[in-house]
Amino acid sequence: MTTPDNLKYTSSHEWVRQEADGAVTIGITFHAQEMLGDVVFVENPAVGRKLKQGEECGVIESVKAAADIYAPLSGEVVAANAELTDAPEKVNQDPYAAWMFRIRPDDPAELAALLDAAAYQKIADAEKH
Amino acid sequence: MGMSGTLRTTPLHAAHRAAGAKMVAFAGWEMPLHYGSQIEEHHQVRRDAGMFDVSHMLAIDLQGTGARGFLRTLLANDVAKLREPGAALYSCLLGFDGGVMDDLLVYFLGADRFRIVVNAGTSDKDIAWIVAQRTSGAGVDVAPRRDLAIIAVQGPCARKKAGRALPQARGSSERLHRFQAVAVGEMLVARTGYTGEDGFEIMLPAAHATELWNTLGLQGVTPVGLGARDTLRLEAGMNLYGQDMDEGVTPFECGLGWTVDLKSSRDFIGRAALARPAARQLIGLMLLERGVMRMHQAVRCDGGEGEITSGGFAPTLNRSIALARVPSTVAVGDGVEVNVRDKWLRARAVKPPFVRNGKILVHG
Repeated sequence: MTTPDNLKYTSSHEWVRQEADGAVTIGITFHAQEMLGDVVFVENPAVGRKLKQGEECGVIESVKAAADIYAPLSGEVVAANAELTDAPEKVNQDPYAAWMFRIRPDDPAELAALLDAAAYQKIADAEKH
Repeated sequence: MGMSGTLRTTPLHAAHRAAGAKMVAFAGWEMPLHYGSQIEEHHQVRRDAGMFDVSHMLAIDLQGTGARGFLRTLLANDVAKLREPGAALYSCLLGFDGGVMDDLLVYFLGADRFRIVVNAGTSDKDIAWIVAQRTSGAGVDVAPRRDLAIIAVQGPCARKKAGRALPQARGSSERLHRFQAVAVGEMLVARTGYTGEDGFEIMLPAAHATELWNTLGLQGVTPVGLGARDTLRLEAGMNLYGQDMDEGVTPFECGLGWTVDLKSSRDFIGRAALARPAARQLIGLMLLERGVMRMHQAVRCDGGEGEITSGGFAPTLNRSIALARVPSTVAVGDGVEVNVRDKWLRARAVKPPFVRNGKILVHG
């Protein structure tokens, strides 16, 4: 299960999960961590920061490269996963458990418009070949 | 050697595929980047033993009554130091302007026979250069050995485990000093490497490469890709040709002044150009903040500006380290700043190596 059905995705390889309290949780996909290789450094946006959809808001550095993280939705950052500061390798070990940050979205319609698992899988497959 | 698309492949290509390697293009060759986790492979070499396919590198045999004299002109280090058969030496190959055309190991095989091992990306250029420098009547044959494979076995347990995999070479290889090699049948076993750990580099006929690879695997030597090879050599403070040096810098501008032998009066190629003092030097950097230094990032220091030539995350130190070309005025211990993704982060100048024989030698 490299692209879970219950999540939404972006073409820039973030996954997005709707939480019961209305916030959304964001991380990077299995495909993204596989392309990056061993992750050694995660920088999250500060809690309280207001993000616009598509805005650069974080960095993941691997042994191979640095990747920008883009806000999948507009909204305010309500949490950041501090565990990744000391254990960035969790992004490789379980990318869907190793969440990066949470946003309270401004516009729920933005979430509905993100990619579903099948559409994202096509993008990931195309990059592998 | 086979071809995959436009990329060349080594005799171990099928073994890499079978081991699940992520293959990448490197200097015209399809080579393993890693077999799962680059960081795990790095630690394996620091703590136990790993094996590398470095068959993309080229062995070139130079043979004849003029071989020694020719190499004394061709190389910046002096092969006159190689007295006993099996002795090896690290040297730069310089152009007339003193620029580094390649770095290589030269082995004295005995009598009038020498072998050099050069980088994959420069091998064609090197052969053309060597042949062009050979004057008529030089008395030296130049024979590229693409029929050989090269396997490096590196790590604190490398020699012990390689000895078990190579019982026919065990006695003679156990007695080797560092930078010494021994011929065992068609094989050359050298106590050299590119990781800062003990171990061997083994040259052998391509047809026997897979058997040795698999036998080493049975002894618990695990495969290591180019990714970990790069972080291991960076921690060991060893230059990578094309990054830390090229034809635009002299050995004194890339930390390799110690390999240039100016003691003898021999007139080696590039010597005249080395008389002027170097304005730049290669130093080590340790990042004092979170982030990862990468090649080509700008360095700001007291004497002016510099550039990262190799940078990355060092698994043994759990922080970012780099090699950087900076003005000669920068001293070990100085604070500098590195532009990492548009932020100026603090780093300290250190003297490489960062790690040798599993031990951290520099401290933030």
